Amino acid sequence: MKPLASIIGYGAYIPRYRIEAKEISRVHTGGAERAPVRQKSVPGPDEDSLTIAYEAARYALRRAGIDPSLVEALYIGSESPPYAVKPSATVIAEALGFSRKLYGIDMEFACKAGTTAIISVAALVSSGVIRYGMAIGTDTAQGRPGDELEYTAAAGAAAFLIGPSSPEAVATIDHVYSYVTDTPDFWRREGEKYPMHTFRFTGEPAYFHHIISAARGLMEEAGLKPEDFDHVVFHQPNVKFPQRAGELLGFKPEQMKYGLLSGEIGNTYAAASLIGLANVLDNAKPGERVLVVSFGSGAGSDAISLTVGEGVEKVRDKAPTVAKLVARSKLVDYALYLRYRGMILR
Amino acid sequence: MAYLRSVPRVWREREIKYRLIGGACRSCGRRFYPYRQTCPACGSEEVERVKLPETGTVEVFTVVRSPPSEFAEQAPYVVALVRLDDGTLVPAQITDVDPGEVYEGMRVEAALRRYRTQGERGIIEYGIKFRPLIQ
Ligand SMILES: [Zn+2]
Repeated sequence: MKPLASIIGYGAYIPRYRIEAKEISRVHTGGAERAPVRQKSVPGPDEDSLTIAYEAARYALRRAGIDPSLVEALYIGSESPPYAVKPSATVIAEALGFSRKLYGIDMEFACKAGTTAIISVAALVSSGVIRYGMAIGTDTAQGRPGDELEYTAAAGAAAFLIGPSSPEAVATIDHVYSYVTDTPDFWRREGEKYPMHTFRFTGEPAYFHHIISAARGLMEEAGLKPEDFDHVVFHQPNVKFPQRAGELLGFKPEQMKYGLLSGEIGNTYAAASLIGLANVLDNAKPGERVLVVSFGSGAGSDAISLTVGEGVEKVRDKAPTVAKLVARSKLVDYALYLRYRGMILR
Repeated sequence: MAYLRSVPRVWREREIKYRLIGGACRSCGRRFYPYRQTCPACGSEEVERVKLPETGTVEVFTVVRSPPSEFAEQAPYVVALVRLDDGTLVPAQITDVDPGEVYEGMRVEAALRRYRTQGERGIIEYGIKFRPLIQ
């Protein structure tokens, strides 16, 4: 595979509010539950997956430093769009002043839709259909009150501005590989507010099988081994799953140092592996190789191999880093959390 | 049921509301937000559309505790006059803050947020608010 395209700008966004797992546990189990994350992000009352995507997209645009009217594609991956029917892509494109000759679409594949958006936009660039396009993973995920998903279902977004392949860019997408099977581990029917799931955090047949198959598939096709990568990022529904996936594939904890944030912000669904990638780009050196593997229920994984470019150091400080967004946090209690999620009506 | 603004009107105003488009008067030189055809200062109709800068400073503010029903879910919230970095004064909601955290001189940045939803079935209106600048 020849390099598909390059990332020329990237941006993440995490809402300001957090709720600690022990606060959720206090309400539902009297504090008995051992939580899979320390805390999770909570969107404010005027935020949704569209507004946080806009924030991330604006930072990506700022880092790329190009005229927004040159952007000719906007692919948004999310499982929590504000409308059942009416795209978010049109609003964000209009708000940021993208070209009106635009390939715009909202995509859904649970937590995998963001990486699929990147692959799709990179393919449009690679084929010469467009020169610049943006891909976003964004979610404001909800778990049923008291359900184990409530401890982790969080909010966040990450956006990537993609252009022609160049070593001067932020990073170049060298290789992609996707693996899917029909696996009903998690779903939400039309009109239902909360998802259903079959197993506690859906382990072996869902998360691990797809992550490992996609990662091995990519390494085999590209002729790479775990030690060829400086950084690796996995989808992170909790802290343990990505750590275990890394171990099973032969990666070392140092390779996962920057890519694992779920302990502090929870599972940001379509944004989870992409906020991890943004944090890697905040910290990586030119020439380093990165592997990103997403997972979406239903089920499938995208693996993306990238090489960090010379441009990363020039754009890094033009927008807030992931570390800054993680640190910008204000704790809320369960009552305020319910209110912000629109569950207390006045 | 809450009063619903017309969908065509929301649609006509979208660029102004999403992108902070103001007016620049060619007769008296004043800049204002939102854009309208007639200058509020001198009445001239020689008004240009301008994209205003996205950062500014809180000049004065007040806390709304008893809002109209369509904004109830956001109360208490802060409304302010924001002095943009080009000098334009913009009336706007300040978001991502508790009322006690806002102060005159606070640096803020424009961000697209939900303005209101037209009930359960209607459209969701988005527009620019300001939140503390993340540096
Ligand atoms: Zn005038």
